[in-house]
Amino acid sequence: MTEQKTVHDYLRQKKKFPTVWCPGCGIGTVMNALIRAISSLGLEKDEIVLVSGIGCSSRMPVYLDFNTLHTTHGRAIAFATGIKLFNPKLKVIVITGDGDGLAIGGNHIIHASRRNIDITTILINNYIYGMTGGQVSPTTPEGDYTYTSPYGNLEPQFDTFRLCDGAGATFFARTTTYHVVQMTTFIKKAIMHKGFSVVEVMSQCPTLYGRLNKCPGPVDQLKMFKEFAVPFAKAEKMTKEELKGKIITGILKEVESPEYTERYWRLVETFKKGSEYEGKD
Amino acid sequence: MKEKKNKEYLLQGNEACVEGALYAGCNFFGGYPITPSTEIAELLAQKLPKRGGVFIQMEDEIAGLAVVLGASVAGAKAMTATSGPGFSLMQEHIGYAYMTEIPAVIVNVMRGGPSTGLPTLPSQSDFMQARYGIHGDYYPIVLVPASVPESFSFTVRAFNLAETFLTPVVILLDEIIGHMREKIVIPPDPPIEVVSRQMPKVPPEWFYPYELTPSGISPRPPFGRGYRYNITGLTHDISGYPTSVPKEIREKLDKLKRKIMNKADEISRYDTEFTEDARELIVAVGSVSRVCRFVVRELRKKRKKIGLFRPQTLWPFPEKPARELFRRMRRIFVVELNQGQIIREVERFAKSSVPVFGINKYDGELITPEEIIDAIREAEK
Repeated sequence: MTEQKTVHDYLRQKKKFPTVWCPGCGIGTVMNALIRAISSLGLEKDEIVLVSGIGCSSRMPVYLDFNTLHTTHGRAIAFATGIKLFNPKLKVIVITGDGDGLAIGGNHIIHASRRNIDITTILINNYIYGMTGGQVSPTTPEGDYTYTSPYGNLEPQFDTFRLCDGAGATFFARTTTYHVVQMTTFIKKAIMHKGFSVVEVMSQCPTLYGRLNKCPGPVDQLKMFKEFAVPFAKAEKMTKEELKGKIITGILKEVESPEYTERYWRLVETFKKGSEYEGKD
Repeated sequence: MKEKKNKEYLLQGNEACVEGALYAGCNFFGGYPITPSTEIAELLAQKLPKRGGVFIQMEDEIAGLAVVLGASVAGAKAMTATSGPGFSLMQEHIGYAYMTEIPAVIVNVMRGGPSTGLPTLPSQSDFMQARYGIHGDYYPIVLVPASVPESFSFTVRAFNLAETFLTPVVILLDEIIGHMREKIVIPPDPPIEVVSRQMPKVPPEWFYPYELTPSGISPRPPFGRGYRYNITGLTHDISGYPTSVPKEIREKLDKLKRKIMNKADEISRYDTEFTEDARELIVAVGSVSRVCRFVVRELRKKRKKIGLFRPQTLWPFPEKPARELFRRMRRIFVVELNQGQIIREVERFAKSSVPVFGINKYDGELITPEEIIDAIREAEK
């Protein structure tokens, strides 16, 4: 049996802690679950690439001892596509948030879903822009308050599952920071899934979202997640009215479909030509 | 290795650019279709899979450069090709590549602007965008070919420079060079040296991805080779971690500048014609320089002491030879297909006593020899 690794073995020793995250933030919980998932899958640190964009959640890779690429706002999936396509042996995991992944990066999550490229995206959804100080995001519930929706949000919420499902993602799971064991299981399954997989983790932002929406304590928000979470199987039997405001958790989609990098490299193999430049063909 | 035969072809500038990229070992192309650069993507879509490389068409130009940079981080020699509007969309990632020191080649086949402008007509109006397009301080490398053979050789050089200096390199083709057909010998005779990025000489435990070396170049291996490190567009320390320590910020920005500017004389290249005894000088690049060469030859027949100075790298601008040459001139004419961009550089390097005249055309047509000659006569009145 291999030596049991602790969470600390996956943290960067040279990097000065503490993290940028506020006390009570849920992102650390997700980081913990990600480490446990990678560790229990027995994956080597060298074969993991973490790619992120900009935002609170996107700071996670910096603290972790993998190959880490902290990119521009919204574009992590596009960068990840280049890495995966050129070196399919690497396990490429994207860490993103609701603003980074669904607003500015919305186009890329759609097209990665459509290509069904073997990338795992962990989307930490805290309903708000945290790093810039609490602005409305595509997942802020209607009527909720943020600094750019001071009279209540007028826009409907994005449903990440329906978006990714419609675009062709082949794995989608949703969980919350309350359901930590489930979260680890889902991340493991997503990493092992061949194709574009998304794990949406509903997370608390007590400093901004909670404070502006009369739920200032992290524990209050976790209790809410516990209360509002409805397992997928149960949700299927409930009416639309009953599901209002609920969070449907579980593996919502898991199907097999041809994966893009595999398709691409199979095409290359049909040619079997050297890469040496032999003049114009 | 097979015997390589040097053969003559009649190719477009865009086609020659593709051949140059393949000669340099390009094995990844990501991009988005845009006129007048599309032939580059189309040809690579055909050729790269056959050679074990990757071609992908992305959802927009932003993703087009992002995918290229991702591939480069994984070890690819990667490029993209675009035109004005796409080049505008790529600016954030050009800045990212510069800051994070990721090599990549970006071809911009210039068309008329601003905005959607003139998709199928020639222009040279992206000189300043290539220099100052990104936010923050920036020392870019920008090459400007003026012929089909140069489109090939400059593309090879662009990859060499990107791999040597670990930085994005821009090639500015203009619509005329991109679509013009000319004779070219492939592979080139004599062959051009091909450079690939260095690997670190130290084991992972001693490795700093952004070490402050005298040259400013710090070799980094591709992801997945046992050296785990962080890359970020945030200003970072030698380990690649975000920093807000003033000393570390200054050191990083100095490193980026030093890397390019200490070697500016080596990077910058130029060409001259009839400048030995010239008292008047035309400065031009790209397609326009060919018209100017004709003008210089015509005027020489009339015993006019006029010469041509053609920067082959626009940035870094060939400053030393320019100063040297400009000092001897009675008049300088800067001919461009825009409202006057390189003229500012020329004015900077010319003595204030030397008058500098701009000869500009920006109506979607190439300037004619007659128009240049008339403008020169007018200036001399």
